[in-house]
Amino acid sequence: MPPRAKPKLAVWKFASCDGCQLSLLNCEAELLRLAGAVDIAYFPEASRAMAKGPYDVSLVEGSITTPHDAERIHQVRRASKLLITIGACATAGGIQALRNFKDVKDFIRAVYASPQYIDTLGKSTAIADHVRVDFELRGCPINKDQLLEVVTALLQGRKPATPPDSVCMECKRHGLVCVLVAHGTPCLGPVTHAGCGALCPVYHRGCYGCFGPKETPNTASLSRAWLGLGATEDDVVRAFRSFNAYAEPFRRESEAHERVQITE
Amino acid sequence: MREGSTMNVLERDALDLLFTSLKERGFTLVGPTVRERAIVYDEMFSAADLPWGWTDRQEAGTYRLERRADDAAFGFTVGPHAWKRFLFPPVQSLFRAERSGSKMALRPAGPFAARYALIGVRACELAAIDRQDKVFLGGTYVDPVYRQRREGAFVVAVQCGQAGGTCFCASMGTGPRAGSGFDLALTEVLEDGRHWFLVEEGSERGTEVVATLPVRAATEEEIAAAGRAVERAEAEMGRTLDTEGLRELFLRNYENRHWDRVAERCLGCGNCTMVCPTCFCATVDDVTDLAGQAAERVRRWDSCFTIDFSYLHGGSVRSSIAARYRQWITHKLATWTDQFGAPGCVGCGRCITWCPVGIDLTEETRALRALDHGAPAAPQGGAS
Ligand code: SF4
Ligand code: SF4
Ligand code: SF4
Ligand code: SF4
Repeated sequence: MPPRAKPKLAVWKFASCDGCQLSLLNCEAELLRLAGAVDIAYFPEASRAMAKGPYDVSLVEGSITTPHDAERIHQVRRASKLLITIGACATAGGIQALRNFKDVKDFIRAVYASPQYIDTLGKSTAIADHVRVDFELRGCPINKDQLLEVVTALLQGRKPATPPDSVCMECKRHGLVCVLVAHGTPCLGPVTHAGCGALCPVYHRGCYGCFGPKETPNTASLSRAWLGLGATEDDVVRAFRSFNAYAEPFRRESEAHERVQITE
Repeated sequence: MREGSTMNVLERDALDLLFTSLKERGFTLVGPTVRERAIVYDEMFSAADLPWGWTDRQEAGTYRLERRADDAAFGFTVGPHAWKRFLFPPVQSLFRAERSGSKMALRPAGPFAARYALIGVRACELAAIDRQDKVFLGGTYVDPVYRQRREGAFVVAVQCGQAGGTCFCASMGTGPRAGSGFDLALTEVLEDGRHWFLVEEGSERGTEVVATLPVRAATEEEIAAAGRAVERAEAEMGRTLDTEGLRELFLRNYENRHWDRVAERCLGCGNCTMVCPTCFCATVDDVTDLAGQAAERVRRWDSCFTIDFSYLHGGSVRSSIAARYRQWITHKLATWTDQFGAPGCVGCGRCITWCPVGIDLTEETRALRALDHGAPAAPQGGAS
């Protein structure tokens, strides 16, 4: 094969905790191989690399929470051939999307001495609400093996193997004992997108839903099962309202149970 | 018990010698042991790893590990694991491909051989292994992974002395008594202050192993005592399934509002197929290295409950949960018979216990019968 020019990779940060970028840095040995396979052209978190675009692949971490970022994401899109969102913030608005359920002005008044200097949007939103996204990688944080798989697959021009089915599928392949059935521990695994390797059930905990909704999630049925295990309506609201609170199926489910609480 | 087969008695304290004998023959022992508050199948090192004095209580969607009043080693029913985990591994590399210059070299994975002694295989599980034999070894294409592992396996069956809350092997004609398909079969007896095992030989290999053990011929009274233990299991079946006209029932009810009712509860999580000892579906992923110099094909268990399972060009054929549940139960109880000559369900009850929302195929079949217009109406709901 003729030698190819190395594809240019950029890593962008919006409203986020940097955890997903850290997953990339945690790739250790593979990171060196990655650096051999791509030209890391823009990655302020890790290097002084600030090469100008256009970029072949942009990894975008974080959600859109300010008018400035709502502009900047369009620049990133224009400069990128492929735009991949990494993590719950970029894909669903993140934990900071909890503001979406309240009036953000109340928070600003409560937190800042001079609220007039704060320029923020009423909602924290996913990148795909603003620009076209070519691939979404789930997780809070993302799984580094999945990140490598996505980058590798795109470099080779194939579809990444990141199945959208339930965490239960991974849990069962590992041969773990189901914490919901055998221990009565509420678990979000049956409605949560695979990818973490059933990390919480490995430690005998219920899944927290870090990877957001699976394909066709039946959240209403799982909530009924949780209530049957002794969880309260409030527990259900909180479970669905975490890192992926504003992912559509999770948002609807938490709102349904919030309404129950109000009418009770 | 089969006519003419040899019956011997092995005392409780000598059971470990069976384990030692199998290890000396080069087998890796796998069998029931307590882990994560359940009785799972895992590697074992001696008879001490058995769940002595433990049992389980199972209902739709619940499993609880509990203490027994006695010290039985096999006083429980089937748990979250099936033997397919060892014969048809959940994740399996099939081959690698490497590029050097303009050439590509294929390197098959394997050998896949493993010599497992499966300890404590129940009657329904022997039937399940038989069903998977038909799938993996029966047709034109033989699965090399399954074949090598299956051929290497030594099977120690255990006759059930009790049935679980979700068991219905008696309805499916697969148990509770194991008649064949094993090298040795044990019946555990705790009676009149004695604790011993009746050992039945099912193969020449089994006979050779028994020859190394301190056994003595069983008396008629001992054989009768072992028989009573299995009769207890038969009387205790937690569930029943009316198999009359089952295949036709499903085939004429592709369209039925019942499927939408199940879909309100079904999570589409796939747990039922993952725990099922007969489900054989897998998918393959082709993964590559960053430099594009090596590729690997990896097989992993899949399920007809995932949307990708029925993905064809342009989309998924079974996008609704209703369609996926219908596919699952219709395959298990109807179309499997067309493919392999017997149903894909052996009545082990795992899919009932391990469904997080307790969907029970015996209840769903009963409900479908009640709505079925092509057959005389049957009473709806309730355990029969
Ligand atoms: S522990 Fe959770 S993720 Fe695992 S099978 Fe049970 S419900 Fe699913
Ligand atoms: S029931 Fe589903 S997963 Fe099981 S063998 Fe049939 S198609 Fe495969
Ligand atoms: S369908 Fe259910 S009861 Fe039947 S063999 Fe499979 S897991 Fe057991
Ligand atoms: S029947 Fe139960 S275990 Fe099977 S996919 Fe539906 S919810 Fe999951």
